[in-house]
Amino acid sequence: MGDFHHNEQEPERFRRRTLLAGMLVLLAFLILFGRFFYLQIIQHEYYATRAESNRISLVPIMPNRGNIVDRNGVIMARNYSAFTLEITPSKTLGLEETIDGLSEIIEIQLKDRRRFKRLLEESKNFESIPIRTRLTDAEVARFAAQRFRFPGVEVKARLFRQYPEGTLAAHAIGYISRINTKDAEMIEASGHTANYKGTEHIGKVGLEAHYEFELHGTAGHEQVEVDAGGRAVRVLSHTAPIPGNNLTLTLDTKLQAVAEQAFGGRRGSLTAIDPSNGAVLGLVSSPAFDPNLFVDGIRFDDWDELNNSPDKPMLNRAIYSTNPPGSTFKPLMALGALTTGKRAANQAIADPGFFNFGNRRFMDDKVGGHGSVDMHKSIVVSCNTYYYVLANDMGIENIARFMGDLGLGRRTEIDIPGEATGILPSAAWKQQRFKKREQQKWYAGETISVGIGQGYNAYSTLHMAHALANIVNYGQVFRPHLVHTITNPTTGEIRVVEPQPIRQIPLKPEHVEVIKRAMAGVVKEGTGSRAFAGAAYESGGKTGTAQVFGLKGGQKYVAGRVGERLRDHSWYIAFAPVDKPRLVVAVMVENGGFGAQSAAPIVRQVFDYYLTGKLPGGPAPEVDAPEGDGNTELLEEAHDEAH
Amino acid sequence: MKLIKRIIRGILAHLDMPLFLIILALMGIGLLTVYSATASDGFWKLDKQLVNMALSMAVMLLVARTPPQTLMRFAVPLYALGVILLLGVALFGIVVNGSRRWISLGIVRIQPSEIMKIAMPLMLAWYFHKHESMLRAKHYAIASLILLVPIIFILKQPDLGTSLLIGAAGFFVIFLAGLPWKVIFGLGALAGAALPFAWTMLHDYQRRRVLTLLDPTSDPLGAGYHIIQSTIAIGSGGSLGKGWLKGSQTHLEFIPEKHTDFIFAVFAEEWGLLGNGILLILFTLLIGRGLMIAAAAPTMFSRLLAGSLTLVFFTYAFVNMGMVSGILPVVGVPLPFVSYGGTALVTLMLGIGILMSIHTHRMLVKK
Repeated sequence: MGDFHHNEQEPERFRRRTLLAGMLVLLAFLILFGRFFYLQIIQHEYYATRAESNRISLVPIMPNRGNIVDRNGVIMARNYSAFTLEITPSKTLGLEETIDGLSEIIEIQLKDRRRFKRLLEESKNFESIPIRTRLTDAEVARFAAQRFRFPGVEVKARLFRQYPEGTLAAHAIGYISRINTKDAEMIEASGHTANYKGTEHIGKVGLEAHYEFELHGTAGHEQVEVDAGGRAVRVLSHTAPIPGNNLTLTLDTKLQAVAEQAFGGRRGSLTAIDPSNGAVLGLVSSPAFDPNLFVDGIRFDDWDELNNSPDKPMLNRAIYSTNPPGSTFKPLMALGALTTGKRAANQAIADPGFFNFGNRRFMDDKVGGHGSVDMHKSIVVSCNTYYYVLANDMGIENIARFMGDLGLGRRTEIDIPGEATGILPSAAWKQQRFKKREQQKWYAGETISVGIGQGYNAYSTLHMAHALANIVNYGQVFRPHLVHTITNPTTGEIRVVEPQPIRQIPLKPEHVEVIKRAMAGVVKEGTGSRAFAGAAYESGGKTGTAQVFGLKGGQKYVAGRVGERLRDHSWYIAFAPVDKPRLVVAVMVENGGFGAQSAAPIVRQVFDYYLTGKLPGGPAPEVDAPEGDGNTELLEEAHDEAH
Repeated sequence: MKLIKRIIRGILAHLDMPLFLIILALMGIGLLTVYSATASDGFWKLDKQLVNMALSMAVMLLVARTPPQTLMRFAVPLYALGVILLLGVALFGIVVNGSRRWISLGIVRIQPSEIMKIAMPLMLAWYFHKHESMLRAKHYAIASLILLVPIIFILKQPDLGTSLLIGAAGFFVIFLAGLPWKVIFGLGALAGAALPFAWTMLHDYQRRRVLTLLDPTSDPLGAGYHIIQSTIAIGSGGSLGKGWLKGSQTHLEFIPEKHTDFIFAVFAEEWGLLGNGILLILFTLLIGRGLMIAAAAPTMFSRLLAGSLTLVFFTYAFVNMGMVSGILPVVGVPLPFVSYGGTALVTLMLGIGILMSIHTHRMLVKK
């Protein structure tokens, strides 16, 4: 360890070491300078770009969503501006504390908190989420005075969707609600991602959904300089958004209101179409809901109530709920018989009150039968036997082909989403529908119950109104549609949804006349006569009853004996005036009993309003059921045979 | 009149002009940059920094007038006080941001590790000075012990930046005192071998800092954010900078701690490579002058003290600029004479005062 003893050399060694240290200092500083040179000269471009992209942020500006008005200009959907209190969770010091603090100056109910929690779960952390909407001016002022206490909380002026007519035509109009993951995927798949950057809401149901990309508009954007916290410091450039297109509907809110009121809260649906062009004037699904509830995130209890109600108010029955059409199927069958040449109008059968097929007996509901029945009378009195025989003669394939031509068993392509195809039974359909071999076989007996609109048949009121419109229009088919024109509010350009006939069904006008006269006969002297007593116009119609509850053989269906939910569904299809039909209506009232009882009086009120301007005093009354419509027991036997 | 003249002459007598001018230049840069960095918060920080500067200047002048022999008398008491206070911190310290660095002495809160920054080189320089005539291995061992005790306390707080600075100050004294090269290399090899163990001793946040340094992009929103944003600031400054008050990274708040530890990023963004070069030259001059003073110092105590303090200034500057430009891990070390903050400035100016004292008293000692 001799090195430790050279004390006399100490100053010299100190100087050497100091010099060495100085060299190391220089070296270290050279390294630093090299690093600066690398960053500031060699990599300058790269870092300059990074700094720019740090600095500049493209902020999308939401376009105004298009308005929706009915054919007379009544506003169905519009936007209004209101203040919301919004929280960006990532910027708060503590979410719970922030909300508690806010509730001291602004009323925040438990409902608001619950909704906030739900939105929070659906959202990303850096989004701002409303805790309260529609602040009053006083509330805005109170918050402004204390806002320094609440980092991450802002009052924002936002446009809200509003449906001024509330529940009126709610299923047709639909609603908008916050974009969820599924919507985002749809937006991406359709290539609209860029345009939806600042958009928070999207049409979920009805026209709002179908015409989403018309209504939405084109987002504008601002180039803003932002700080590290994402706050805009100043605007560098501005591109204005282009507002969405406005929709003018074919819907007539007055007719719609009359029709909705006519239901008086009963479950069911109605479709009213102008046969000359396919314009939908009324589309009722009862009961309805208030679309305004959904706009800023539906509250939990409201959602619970809508979702769990046994009346299923969210279901759009007019397009989605399908049921056997019962006797309303008969005029269609009759036209099919004429068109396929299986019957002449004046050809009559003798109705003994039943039809024997194999070892089965299909019953007419009039004991002893209707006597001699030709086609006109078969419709007026709703004779089952006539159609048992007819169906048997035509065969299921002919029936299916003709009804398919009329538009049944397929989507009508109406311009709202969620339409059901319905069921048009045929051998091929059954083969596809069932898995087991023995179930796949079509039995001739099944054809017979199809002939009177029972069996596997299942259609919506839209289907039935569409088919009847096609008939009274002599086979010219229009796509049912709710939108008449699409207006660009910026250019004023108007696009008319041109009602082009999409196809022609080969129907003979003289055959159509037979059916129209027979249906007029139903109203004049048949099953519809009581509901239309004293009408100031001539209309044609047909009642129908769809069975809900299977009775054992030999039991007679008595409405009072079965529970309300097990009562038959009541159908009525109609057109008016007979000479030159302006309106075709199909109505189905769930558990409404006979067709003439519940459904026909609703159509009476709609026709009264549309053709004479008469407004009804209240919901449509129930009319005592005349005979000639029920066929329950017989159907039971047909079912027995089918299975 | 005479009195004023005497006072001025008295002040000037113990003022080292080159050192003083360099410090003034650095402080000027500091003021400009603090002004830019705090423009958005109002200028009260600038006012406070001016007060800090005046105060630290007074401390410097006071110390400069104090002869090194007197300073030597403070070595042991100051060191002992520092260790006792550090013990107090470990036992009753106040936790701020997860670190136990402060102790409350009734009215004031102090950070004893700050005292150690001066006490450590003072103590070691005194120790070697005392045993100047017969330095043996055991003296180096004891010196190491004197160094390690407070370092361990400070590492435990935890405060990596300060322990690094104090460790460096002590090491420089021992190194300049003549620690044999084979011991230095031997210890270096040992330290290399001990690295894996040290790794397990580090706190989570310290490990994260090291890992983040190796790959800042691995955690762009968390620990890597600081480094990424400060390198963007430096790189985007280019050769001549964006101009004073025009740094977008600075004024849009992308740079964290922009008036304290990361003030260099602000400076580099606005003044570019040219500014950085000037800053490096100023630090080089400062250190060069300090080492000259050390080399010219008459006693072992003043030599070691001056050399060590000068190299500590270097450590400050190098570690700070290294971390802000992304070649060293982020440790809490300010840029000397530039960063905002009173305590650090007073400590630094105390060091400058000692350098001046050593230099202006050298003739007196020789006589």
